[in-house]
Amino acid sequence: MATIQVTGESEQHPDVALVASAVAGDVQAFEKLIRKYDRQIFRIAQHITQNREDAEDVVQDAFLKAYEKLSQFQGNSKFYTWLVRIAVNESLMRLRKRRTGKMVSIDEDIETDEGSVPRDLADWSPNPEQNYTQTELAKILRKTIQGLPQGFRVVFVLRDVDGLSTEETAEMLGLSVPAVKSRLLRARLQLRERLSRYFRSKKAGEK
Amino acid sequence: MTCTEFLALLDELIDGTVGAETRKQLEEHLGGCAHCTVTLNTTRKTIEVYRSNELYELPKSVRDRLHQAILARCKNGC
Repeated sequence: MATIQVTGESEQHPDVALVASAVAGDVQAFEKLIRKYDRQIFRIAQHITQNREDAEDVVQDAFLKAYEKLSQFQGNSKFYTWLVRIAVNESLMRLRKRRTGKMVSIDEDIETDEGSVPRDLADWSPNPEQNYTQTELAKILRKTIQGLPQGFRVVFVLRDVDGLSTEETAEMLGLSVPAVKSRLLRARLQLRERLSRYFRSKKAGEK
Repeated sequence: MTCTEFLALLDELIDGTVGAETRKQLEEHLGGCAHCTVTLNTTRKTIEVYRSNELYELPKSVRDRLHQAILARCKNGC
């Protein structure tokens, strides 16, 4: 059974004090929380909505909603976990609006067949990213991850880019731990296979 | 160990959450399987390259504008 780690009173997470001050009316304490997490929230929102304007709106709306509900925040989960959960819901709502009411969920586009066995088994050249400029590389990485189903993309970003645990990711997305694990494996393998188009080492005579 | 069994444990191997006995079996498989070695190395590289490149920068001007908009509404009680 997965559990969320609860820090003891002696090693209280610094966010707990900031949240308490913000609840007591200290707006500057809340500003510190915004500065700490706005970039991560923007990144997650951008990966879900794939739209810059929507992602900026999500940052604003997620923090406002968090502030509104701050007194309801249960200290037994991390503030950031709670905030991401709000941001994921706000992002899905934005997507829904763009698609004029069509249902949107984190399960969208998930294929149920187990088609994750790697096909392209060519090795990559050493440090393949060095063959591209920073701008080219970012473009390749964006294009590649955008091709992934949304539910895989978000799990990959939370687990591998943000470095959150499987349990935290599951809590943020309202998924089971096995579902997060299965999506992470398939996300990693699919990204790897897609990146191989750019990063595989070229053999002599290969076009 | 087959390649399918290896793949099922790939994430745990990458995340360093496998036990000593399983790790030994995975390493034995890697010793004789070039395909799985490539898969492991390139998957690790995939994670590393995404972790070390920010794809969606939030410029300071946009951050400042968002912060001001949020805080203005917080001060008014939202």
